[in-house]
Amino acid sequence: MPYTIYDKIWNEHLVHEQEDGTSLLFVDRHLIHEVTSPQAFEGLRNSNRKVRQPKLTLAVADHNVPTTDRTKGISDKESKIQVETLDSNCKEFGIQIFGMNDKRQGIVHIIGPEQGFTQPGTIIVCGDSHTATHGAFGSLAFGIGTSEVEHVLATQTLVQKKSKNFRINVNGNLPIGVTSKDVILQIIGKIGTAGGTGYVIEYAGDLISNLSVENRMTICNMTIEGGARAGLIQPDQKVFDYLKDKPMSPKKEKWDKALEYWSNLKSDEGANFDKEINLNGKDIKPMVTWGTSPQDVVTIDGKVPNPKNETDPDKKNSIERSLKYMGLNSDVSVQDIKIDKVFIGSCTNGRIEDLREAAKILKDKKIANHVDAMVVPGSGLVKEKAEQEGLDKIFINSGFEWREPGCSMCLAMNADKLKPGERCASTSNRNFEGRQGRGGRTHLVSPGMAAAAAISGNLDDVRKYQN
Amino acid sequence: MQKFNKLTSIPAYLPIVNIDTDMIIPKQFLKTIKRTGLGKNLFFEMRYDDQGNEIKDFILNQKPFSQSKILIAGKNFGCGSSREHAPWALLDFGITCVISSSYADIFYNNCFKNGILPIKIDEDKIKQISEYSLRKEEIKIDLNEQKIIFGNNEVKFELDQFKKKCLIEGLDDIALSLEKSEKIETFEKKLKISKPWIFND
Repeated sequence: MPYTIYDKIWNEHLVHEQEDGTSLLFVDRHLIHEVTSPQAFEGLRNSNRKVRQPKLTLAVADHNVPTTDRTKGISDKESKIQVETLDSNCKEFGIQIFGMNDKRQGIVHIIGPEQGFTQPGTIIVCGDSHTATHGAFGSLAFGIGTSEVEHVLATQTLVQKKSKNFRINVNGNLPIGVTSKDVILQIIGKIGTAGGTGYVIEYAGDLISNLSVENRMTICNMTIEGGARAGLIQPDQKVFDYLKDKPMSPKKEKWDKALEYWSNLKSDEGANFDKEINLNGKDIKPMVTWGTSPQDVVTIDGKVPNPKNETDPDKKNSIERSLKYMGLNSDVSVQDIKIDKVFIGSCTNGRIEDLREAAKILKDKKIANHVDAMVVPGSGLVKEKAEQEGLDKIFINSGFEWREPGCSMCLAMNADKLKPGERCASTSNRNFEGRQGRGGRTHLVSPGMAAAAAISGNLDDVRKYQN
Repeated sequence: MQKFNKLTSIPAYLPIVNIDTDMIIPKQFLKTIKRTGLGKNLFFEMRYDDQGNEIKDFILNQKPFSQSKILIAGKNFGCGSSREHAPWALLDFGITCVISSSYADIFYNNCFKNGILPIKIDEDKIKQISEYSLRKEEIKIDLNEQKIIFGNNEVKFELDQFKKKCLIEGLDDIALSLEKSEKIETFEKKLKISKPWIFND
């Protein structure tokens, strides 16, 4: 019988299956961070349980860490306690952790791939919905709750029921100035935030296989914004080259054996997909969100929608609510929307290629006087690489702040946040109400579009700024 | 885990679709290292103004809905972040049953780990029950019978039978999985041979 990649990974990880399909799956890789793990460790202690496979878990603090000078530690008392709690839990249970001053520290979904901890064909989980990012390596990666984090720590397994298969084919070429961020925003706009609920998505097609591994991560990362817990891409030579010689990648004979297995991991001809859609690169333009849900997308040459044109009462109410929150009028051209801040970073777009893309636009340019802009590299290693390439100078000379790595203003748990009413062009993944700070207004864009917005002071079309 | 069997309460209706977990409990409250105490901050930004005063229009600030144990909401409830703080906040407020036409997967699973019953029914049934909720009268949930009883009406709902059993009996699923330790051990032994790079030791 022909199987999809998802079917194959599922079948190979089955420890036990009940008659009703409820299954116990083995977890190969577990990532943890400070926000969703303390209650799991507390649960272990209360029940006198141990961590079954401490070496299969990797920890890092990313959500609460300051992105400014870290030599003084964390000033926020609660954030400090949470980060210290992760440290002490890891010490107590024998789990490897990258501390705040370790240059390998960074956003959990950036450090996993960077270290070679993320590998094809594995099941990877983390108490974080953007775990889907790791699917770019051909792994089954998804976010879990804290009770499940505790379950994985105690048993190295997870209780799951199988999802359905959904394939999204993207063929053709991407026009200049259009990126994988625009591809995924367009997909979410098309399927809606619940379009993938109950499915695992496989992204396929020549446009996807022509993307770099990092650009694929951006697509898989936002799979959850389309409702699917996991999105994955068939691993290929680009993935193997990316992983070769990474600190935690297999070595010598193990590498050869792994490579043989990884090379054969693909969806069989004729495998069943319960749902399938097709997109073509030529139809994709630079995208921006106008509302408070990632499905509220419009092309950069488009206009803010008018609720009068909507017949479905739920959708109409939802547009009205979003417009009110966002402080926008219907039918305004999105390029006339003035912004106050720009944020470049996050697990969606905080990798070296994202920074290069933004720096390319910003080179020898200044950002608008009224705009505050910052770059938060996804990890210490991304930061180091960017500095070696001189990208930090380009950002600083144009008027951006150059920060320390972490989640930062993607969710504003640390000091980096929008003030009420402030409007931000952001390379992050969620434009929910209050996401970047109470009353803050977020427009999701690609790194190049964020750079263009910073220069112009309005949301703007990156295609005008190609150096 | 707290068991769930029958529940009687006046339901509160929040007519918003795509309620995300950031709305249910915003990030500033995720800094806790405990599961409890989040109820006062449930729906924080809709519930309080900038000065921290209750916003009177918000349903959970109005009597008798401030005591509701049942929340009816628009479709795709609980989307976004995986934070289990969302069901913890609902539970701490006193809500142990949510009724919607659809849920985000992670939130849906998280509910069952905390003794909360998320009921899925069709949009037209949501409409009936939400209209009924304006009467401010109690409705009944019977998990065993899988039905919602309101006035002289009842609506049946479907759910996974294993999840139902875990809720009714308040089972600890870690303990259940640990009963399969031998199977896990056998799996690990085979894995070390078939995919030696996984353990990398």
